[in-house]
Amino acid sequence: MTATTTSARSELSELGRSETALRTFLHGLPGVDQVGAEQRAAQLGTRSIKTTAKAQAIDLAIRMVDLTTLEGADTPGKVRALAAKALRPDPADPSCPHVGAVCVYPAMVPYVAEVLRGSGVHLASVATAFPSGQAPLEIKLADTRAAVAAGADEIDMVINRGAFLAGRYKEVYDEIVATKEAAGDAHLKVILETGELATYDNVRRASWLAMLAGGDFIKTSTGKVPVAATLPVTLVMLEAVRDFRAATGRQVGVKPAGGIKNTKDAIKYLVMVNETVGADWLDPDWFRFGASSLLNDLLMQRTKLTTGTYSGPDYFTLD
Amino acid sequence: MSERVAVRKTYKLFIGGKFPRSESGRSYLVQSSNVSLASRKDARDAVVAARAAVKGWAGATAYNRGQILYRAAEMLEGRREQFVALGIPGDEVDAAVDRWVWYAGWADKLSQVYGGANPVAGPYFNLSAPEPTGVVAVVAPERPALLGLVSVIAPAIVTGNTVVVAASPTEPLAAVTLAEVLATSDLPGGVVNILTGRITETAPTLAAHMDVNAIDLSGVTDGELAADLEVKAAENLKRVLRPAPVDHDWSVDPGVTRMTSLLETKTVWHPKGV
Amino acid sequence: MFEYAPAPESRSVVDLKPSYGLFIDGEFVDPTDGGSFKSINPASEEALAEVAEAGPQDVERAVRAARTAYEKVWGLMPGRDRAKYLFRIARIIQERSRELAVLESLDNGKPIKESRDVDLPLVAAHFFYYAGWADKLEHAGFGADPKPVGVAAQVIPWNFPLLMLAWKIAPALAAGNTVVLKPAETTPLTALLFAEICQQAELPAGVVNIVTGAGDTGRTLVEHPGVDKVAFTGSTDVGRAIARSVAGTRKKLTLELGGKAANIVFDDAPIDQAVEGIVNGIFFNQGHVCCAGSRLLVQENVADRVLESLKRRMAQLRVGDPLDKNTDIGAINSAAQLERIRELSDAGSAEGAERWSPPCELPDRGFWFAPTIFTGVTQAHRIAREEIFGPVLSVLTFRTPAEAVEKANNTPYGLSAGIWTDKGSRILWTADRLRAGVVWANTFNKFDPTSPFGGYKESGYGREGGRHGLEGYLNV
Repeated sequence: MTATTTSARSELSELGRSETALRTFLHGLPGVDQVGAEQRAAQLGTRSIKTTAKAQAIDLAIRMVDLTTLEGADTPGKVRALAAKALRPDPADPSCPHVGAVCVYPAMVPYVAEVLRGSGVHLASVATAFPSGQAPLEIKLADTRAAVAAGADEIDMVINRGAFLAGRYKEVYDEIVATKEAAGDAHLKVILETGELATYDNVRRASWLAMLAGGDFIKTSTGKVPVAATLPVTLVMLEAVRDFRAATGRQVGVKPAGGIKNTKDAIKYLVMVNETVGADWLDPDWFRFGASSLLNDLLMQRTKLTTGTYSGPDYFTLD
Repeated sequence: MSERVAVRKTYKLFIGGKFPRSESGRSYLVQSSNVSLASRKDARDAVVAARAAVKGWAGATAYNRGQILYRAAEMLEGRREQFVALGIPGDEVDAAVDRWVWYAGWADKLSQVYGGANPVAGPYFNLSAPEPTGVVAVVAPERPALLGLVSVIAPAIVTGNTVVVAASPTEPLAAVTLAEVLATSDLPGGVVNILTGRITETAPTLAAHMDVNAIDLSGVTDGELAADLEVKAAENLKRVLRPAPVDHDWSVDPGVTRMTSLLETKTVWHPKGV
Repeated sequence: MFEYAPAPESRSVVDLKPSYGLFIDGEFVDPTDGGSFKSINPASEEALAEVAEAGPQDVERAVRAARTAYEKVWGLMPGRDRAKYLFRIARIIQERSRELAVLESLDNGKPIKESRDVDLPLVAAHFFYYAGWADKLEHAGFGADPKPVGVAAQVIPWNFPLLMLAWKIAPALAAGNTVVLKPAETTPLTALLFAEICQQAELPAGVVNIVTGAGDTGRTLVEHPGVDKVAFTGSTDVGRAIARSVAGTRKKLTLELGGKAANIVFDDAPIDQAVEGIVNGIFFNQGHVCCAGSRLLVQENVADRVLESLKRRMAQLRVGDPLDKNTDIGAINSAAQLERIRELSDAGSAEGAERWSPPCELPDRGFWFAPTIFTGVTQAHRIAREEIFGPVLSVLTFRTPAEAVEKANNTPYGLSAGIWTDKGSRILWTADRLRAGVVWANTFNKFDPTSPFGGYKESGYGREGGRHGLEGYLNV
């Protein structure tokens, strides 16, 4: 880290002390032109990734999957099966890598932890009154502590969109800082719920707000509102982590979540990472997919590349 | 009692809102008067004056230009008898006034008729609007001396161009008198500049001038000269209005072509997003 | 690192003949007094096909065919029937668009993603747009019963071979004219495939004639006394010569010539989109674009930041095989053009501007030029004044909006300009003052058949596209 970024970092860390300073900074960020951002994302989506590049991309994408189940109907049996699949996504092919993490509700963490222990697969848990975030702060923090205590090493928190949209940036900031503290050593992913932020300008501001407050990852969505991850939203977030690292020297990860259903989509995201922030982020430590059905499509495409024939859903586990 | 001795008028050039003599000091006798014989240098001076006036005139609101043109029509009407005394038929003066009024009304309408929104296939606002091309050199028709002149000046300036006019060499008095009308009608100096003298002397200078954007050859009757002027005009790709047919009837409805030929269409794109 | 494997588009959709004749009066014919030349693939220097070079007698035949078709068939045909032929052509272009796109990339050197996603969709759209005008001319604002001009001589450049053909032929035919078109000598092949499409559409013989050849053929065509209208897209010098050659005639003339567009970036611009716009503005189609944003005017207080982003973005540009679907920058169209780009770039260095290109491996064969920017450029530098027509950007700075406008307008050209700022009133203020026919605000290099295109000053006169585009082909 250079001297400049060190001083910039300390200046930026002061911002959270004052509502005015925070607002001035966030509103001073360059605007995002919606049409231009969407066109850039669409252009990147036209890259043609074939043969060896595709094989490489599929294995990387598998390693980046946060295999997720966030249902009211989740049971210990269900999440154990999911965790087993996370460890060995393709039982027929030992060369298939394991996924990045399993992501469940706090109550399910102990069952998953048993399965994953020592495997290198991370255990993420949504906390902070997921998905709405509409609970008293103390309850959100307790939620977080409980998840960590039960074995989660990654916490996916939601920001208070109501406060953000009302312009109470410091309140959002303080909540993230508090959650980060409650999470302790666990990595904190901050869910912006971009589908509710309405504009890319807001996405950029929320990204910076989350990074300034100490988030280790910024994540698009809960998957519980109609609009989840999109390529242009992810583009804006990638630009934010790129600029944040340039300003502070600290690297923050990005996790698009929800709506990424097949290999083709996943590869578009990887292309976008590659051409926006580069190789430094092409790693499960810095980029994740929050997804459930994506994994099976990746596996089917992987089998197609290794065997030459198209597989079918019957040949992969449903968990 | 002896008869009063009349005060005669000296017919001079009209450049930058002023009435200078030719810098060459020359004049020629025409219509029983001494009229300035403009030099190449006068033509260049007129272009400088016309260029200087572009910013203000093109930048004025269309409503304002219309008001000023209408004012010029009022002044013209008021001087009807002066033109008649110069030998212009009364109905030609009337037609000239009417034409001037007709063009004055176009000032704030042409953009709507000639421009507009384009329905492009994408999330863009896309608007085309006409703008003046800049400095226009005009060779006025030899006759009708007044109606012809008004018919070439008004369509050029109503949209915001400024002009340097080579007036009819054989009937220049109406042109200088029109200059006096314009000088008293709130038209900013330099918007209309009038040169009297030989077309063969002024027009080639104007046609070759690199700071002139368009040339209207309406009054050129010699085909060879017209071709030569057009060749000269190509040097900086001036917009060219070719000569009017010799038998052109200047009293008929002119349509919008004279105005639109001296316009540029500018198209502006902007994305629509939140 | 994530390396993209080669992803070549298949050439097999294109069925090239070893040689092509002239397309006159509905048939491919051998030249009577002309010769032949080879059209090469600029990415490999391989010869693609032998093409006829039309001599004066060939031009004569073509103009006569067009005249006859105008007087006997096309000029008399009801607009609704002309429309149907144009709609047919538009549809066939859509159906054969992959073939046309591949051929365009082969002959021109442009990346397949551009010929596929930009050129061909616009070509088809142009024919669709003007097809619809053919039976509505009385509503176009040019009088109650506007008449065609007659026979149009059309000479087009090599940068967008088929798109420029569409810009010329579609409005001409819609208005009831017949045409003799000369494609550029380095890119004649898609025009000849278009001739086949005319046959396939059963367009009456002589309505479209295509004479291939170089400058001499073009000169013979525009100077032919039998043409009523000349439309040219190309360099300002040739445009000037054409304007001289039609002086004293009754020929109607429209010219779409060179440019040296300013792309103005204000300090409150949406930076990431502005950088995309700068890249698209100068590197789209290898910079072989008359309206390219070849002069970047960036506000001094954000210049470092913009340049840093720009360089980072330029490092992502993929230069190489035009048929690879991931190629961003293809081949320079010809050895001669490459030479000109090199000469002007060397002049930039010699005059003291600082040159930068991203690390970039260029193929051994073919004509290539790495994307390049020059910083520290002033208005006095040749690279700030002359059209380079290549992937070379000159960067200048400004301090105030007035200075930006003054510098932007300080050129004999006036084709296009760009403005980047988040402030609406500043966009309108600036756009009002720019002397350019197309102003892109917070975007760049966008085209549409409904949108008039053409320049101020030495960038030419007349407009192509939109309702305005009909005017050049009607007797108004």
